[in-house]
Amino acid sequence: MSRIRIPPQLRGEVGGAREVPAEGGSVRELLDDLLSRFPALRHQLVEDGDLAPFVNVYVEGEDVRTLDGLDTPVENGSTVILLPAMAGGL
Amino acid sequence: MGSNLRTAGSLLDLVGNTPLVELPHLTPKPSVRLYAKLEGQNPTGSIKDRVALAMIDAAEAAGELEPGRELLEPTSGNTGIALALVARLKGYSLTCVVPENATEERKRLLRLYGVTMLESPGEEGSNGAVRVALELAEQEPRYFMPFQYANEANPRAHYEGTGAEIAEALERVDVLVAGLGTGGTLMGAGARLRESFPDVVVAAAEPLPGDPVMGLRSLDDGYVPPILDVARLDRKVLVSNEESVATVRDLLRLEGLFAGVSAGAVVAVARRLAAELDEGVVVTILADAGWKYLSADFWDAETDAVAASMERTVWW
Repeated sequence: MSRIRIPPQLRGEVGGAREVPAEGGSVRELLDDLLSRFPALRHQLVEDGDLAPFVNVYVEGEDVRTLDGLDTPVENGSTVILLPAMAGGL
Repeated sequence: MGSNLRTAGSLLDLVGNTPLVELPHLTPKPSVRLYAKLEGQNPTGSIKDRVALAMIDAAEAAGELEPGRELLEPTSGNTGIALALVARLKGYSLTCVVPENATEERKRLLRLYGVTMLESPGEEGSNGAVRVALELAEQEPRYFMPFQYANEANPRAHYEGTGAEIAEALERVDVLVAGLGTGGTLMGAGARLRESFPDVVVAAAEPLPGDPVMGLRSLDDGYVPPILDVARLDRKVLVSNEESVATVRDLLRLEGLFAGVSAGAVVAVARRLAAELDEGVVVTILADAGWKYLSADFWDAETDAVAASMERTVWW
């Protein structure tokens, strides 16, 4: 079991929860588990079978796009964070 | 005219060529040398002097700017202040779109430089400033918008300047860490360092935003700067405000270095990556010093109150 942190924009789709538990050994499996329970999230998170362009997913604080994407392994007990892509820029 | 070794003809001649200092008390092991490039020592106190000057020089060279033209730019502060200097010396007026929750010092400096300031909703963070500026530029063609998020002169300034300076100063670089905002520093300096050190790991530190500054209506309002290609980063690491501030305090306490919030995040990531090496050289780029954050509560807040004191403000 791992925990997925939900950004404010998506909490309405998960009953207001900031964090949702999910099962899986990879980011893909965790998201599949999440989407099976909250199918309304799918169009926000997934596009053409890959992560939607404005969604960032972090496993233990590292962006999966610089790891193995949806195939990035997730150890049991990890924290996975979903965030919207934000402009920074000082 | 011009400059020699002892005098400069203009503040603009003093942009770049910032010092690189070792941080011996902050490296997790003596066999890994940790360095910081002090971008706070640019004329307006941040790395954005490089970007502002490069964008205006490029626009002038391309014939896109004539004296008296009005500039417009979205910024949480540093780019605006840097553009204000360049605009003042080159004879342009400047309007900046700034998130209303940027720090007071940055807004004050913009006003003192004579910048016209428009505020964007704080809960939209920097994305809100980008949105408002793009709308305004569309409606009002009198504005010229350099637009750091999409302007190739931004990464080029770091390729030709920041990155080249590091490559010249050091015989070896194993890891480069910089803050992720527009992506300009990481794309430009990263590309230049890969030419000299093909195995260098280019790592981004990025802020974990607090809920109150993530008020986009949906993820579709997200924004990825056109100049940023995430595939060209080797690592991309989130840093909480708490960890950034803890490291800012360590920089001051152990190295005497007074740095901005994003610098704390960058050094925090550098220490993590340095701990993964047996030996080597880790270079950090510290975007600014602490001056423009001095009014913030976090400097002397108790550790457990730091996060709450920071979550409503845009720090990067």
